[in-house]
Amino acid sequence: MSKSPLKTGPNRDVILGLIVAALLVLIAIRAPVFMSSGSLDTLVTDGALLGMMAVAQMLPILTGGIDLSMPANMAFTGMATALLSKAHPAMPVLATVAIALAIGLVLGAFNGCFIAYLGIPPIVVTLGTMSIYRGAVFMLSRGAWVNAQDFGKPYLAFPMGRLLGLTHIFWIAALLIAAAYVFLNHMQKGRELYALGGNPPAAKYVGINNTHNKMLIYLLTGLASGLCGYLWVARYAIAYTEIALGFELQTVAACVIGGVSIAGGRGSVPGTLLGAAFLVIIFNALPIINVSPFWQMAISGTVVLAAVIINSRGERSQGKVILEPERGTSAKVAS
Amino acid sequence: MDPIAPVPVPALSLQGIKKHFGGIHALTGVDLHLYPGQVMGLLGENGAGKSTAVKIMTGIYHPDGGQLLVAGQPAEFRTTQDAWRHGITAVHQETVMFDELSVAENIFSGHFLRRGRFLLDWPRMRARAAELMANLESDIRPETPLKLLSVAQKHIVEIARALSHDSSVVIMDEPTAALSAHEIEDLYAIVRHLKSLGKAILFISHKFDDIFAICDRYTVFRDGGYVGEGRIADVTQDDLVRMMVGRSVSTMFPKPEVELGEPVLEVTGLCNPTEFEAISFTLRKREVLGFYGLVGAGRTELMEALFGLGQITRGDIRLNGRALEPESPRSVIEAGIVYVPEDRQRTGAILPMSIQHNITLPSLRKLAHGLFLNDRAEVAMSDSISQRLSVKCSDREQKVGELSGGNQQKVVIGKWLATQPEIVILDEPTKGIDIGSKAAVHSFIGELVTLGLSVVMVSSELPELMGMADRIVVMHKGRIVRILDRPAFDAETIVGAASGLAAACTA
Repeated sequence: MSKSPLKTGPNRDVILGLIVAALLVLIAIRAPVFMSSGSLDTLVTDGALLGMMAVAQMLPILTGGIDLSMPANMAFTGMATALLSKAHPAMPVLATVAIALAIGLVLGAFNGCFIAYLGIPPIVVTLGTMSIYRGAVFMLSRGAWVNAQDFGKPYLAFPMGRLLGLTHIFWIAALLIAAAYVFLNHMQKGRELYALGGNPPAAKYVGINNTHNKMLIYLLTGLASGLCGYLWVARYAIAYTEIALGFELQTVAACVIGGVSIAGGRGSVPGTLLGAAFLVIIFNALPIINVSPFWQMAISGTVVLAAVIINSRGERSQGKVILEPERGTSAKVAS
Repeated sequence: MDPIAPVPVPALSLQGIKKHFGGIHALTGVDLHLYPGQVMGLLGENGAGKSTAVKIMTGIYHPDGGQLLVAGQPAEFRTTQDAWRHGITAVHQETVMFDELSVAENIFSGHFLRRGRFLLDWPRMRARAAELMANLESDIRPETPLKLLSVAQKHIVEIARALSHDSSVVIMDEPTAALSAHEIEDLYAIVRHLKSLGKAILFISHKFDDIFAICDRYTVFRDGGYVGEGRIADVTQDDLVRMMVGRSVSTMFPKPEVELGEPVLEVTGLCNPTEFEAISFTLRKREVLGFYGLVGAGRTELMEALFGLGQITRGDIRLNGRALEPESPRSVIEAGIVYVPEDRQRTGAILPMSIQHNITLPSLRKLAHGLFLNDRAEVAMSDSISQRLSVKCSDREQKVGELSGGNQQKVVIGKWLATQPEIVILDEPTKGIDIGSKAAVHSFIGELVTLGLSVVMVSSELPELMGMADRIVVMHKGRIVRILDRPAFDAETIVGAASGLAAACTA
């Protein structure tokens, strides 16, 4: 059986990597300023946030679900920690992180209960909680903004602090993404998520607990959202109701471009990261080469569609084997 | 063709039909003739080309050579609608229908009756649907949502759909696969009714019971080629098997002679609120214990409960003398019992995952080294299993979805063997598979018991149970009505007990 080069897997990742590299080269030729250290630094920090959230989004998508409430969770956590920092400017970073994780976890658990225990489809639950969390941000802040001068010093300083020339946000993302890679590839739970997404009834019969695993997933996306909510607010030094509005679509787009199957069961951390890199480069480079923001949306939309078509072709080529070449006859798969 | 020839003109003929996909020849010139008012049985193993032929007759595939004749006239089907217009419809193996729609909507989907150009004529469709159902002597109402019907009733609806085309040729692809004995009788009655209306019927089945009960003629395909045809009255089952496999299958049931050991599984007084009651049986080491019953007798429900997927309100399960609480499949698997469910297509392999990951899936806890999986142990487990079952693949990283059906089956069986179970519960292990594969499953069961395992085999095929089992447990409406030892096996007694006949139930 010949392997399709379009199929999810190392081949696909290599092709996507080449496309990303070619994109960088093209933009560098067109606008050399893009390759300046300042611009690249922004790129890496933005990419780190998107990368982290895309990898988190990949977990529900792997099991055939989705978490649309992540950016709303980020906004709520970001606003809550920002208000706390305004009230207690000396609050240590560790406390801020702990609070962000805790709030994120609670919001994630709320999703998880509906999805895992009540069996409501993830898209419905998170579409609802997306609005609820976003509305809660407004109630919390009464619509007011938290501006740069309102924050406590440690709150803003830590995420943008530097280690080996790169922001802490980058290093945190690197650590978490590496952990996600190990989790999905070298731990039992991670493998179970693939099985659950690939064929839910089959997973049930090998003793994989659907309920626990789904709960776990939405707790994890909640934790990631909580942490990223804090990092996001600190990065831009402002908190307002519309934080990360529309970010849910970017995370899903990064997954799809990276070869994660929306149907579940297929996808990898490196692929998703490449997808995130692709989007971040487009979003950061297009303004530099004077492309209007409306074109940016159209271009990223086109890329997502193209990726979906490529994914579905890849999946189709590995569907059922209808013919058995070794016998030289046609054989429908036994039903 | 001479229209006034004494030989009746076939309603549909395939003459020298060829079909290839890429370099692979699916059909190498087959003939098939369906006569009005006759039932033609089409036989062949999986891969013989039956499904391809059906797809050509229904316009899904286009032949690369040969001729299709409808009532003696050459015809060409570009689409399924073309086939309908020529009066050819198919009733599929798995019902291809819409669960959320009503019976009437299902019957007319694809060829809705219209009023004017744009509006659908629901009153006429409902009336026609009621008429069709009445013709089939069924009391299903046209407004009923399809999802409320049983599998057998859905078949009737599908047959009604075929008739709604005024078809002269009805193709039935394994219609009895999912039906109970009683429902099969009803289906036969419908087929006889269609026959009396002068329809030409193509009946595809793996069950010889069906073929001999209902068919007038047979055609046999093998490896995409035409082997022969004739009158059912002139052949025996052995003849047909020989034609299908190209050899005679002498050792259909390779049951090895093994010494039965100690009881390994003792079940006493097991109850479930709705599905079974007072279930008691013992399974000995190296024993094959058969479970027979009609569809809906509670066998699958019982096995799922033993596997931790159902409720048990009362009763006691002992594995090697120790009490077993089937809390979840995982705990039962770890205790040494595995359950290979009936619908292996759906509940078996995880197609987007690699062979290795499929095989090790139920054993992951054993392979975990602290928090992390032991990669080397995983590779070793997967390789030893795929070697033992000779899975044909390029490497262990290959996705199971890329394998052929037979090799997918091997991976599914392999993943259970990898857990090193003591007891294997097989639910309908040979349902819908061809004779060659059946023999492979039977010899596999033989292999399991020679390895010292015990097997519980749930099957609706009596010959298979009588051939393979040491004892047969007969269930009827959620209760065990009879347990027979091998010397006492008798088809009439078993079927009688399964149907609830009092005389057969008492030992």
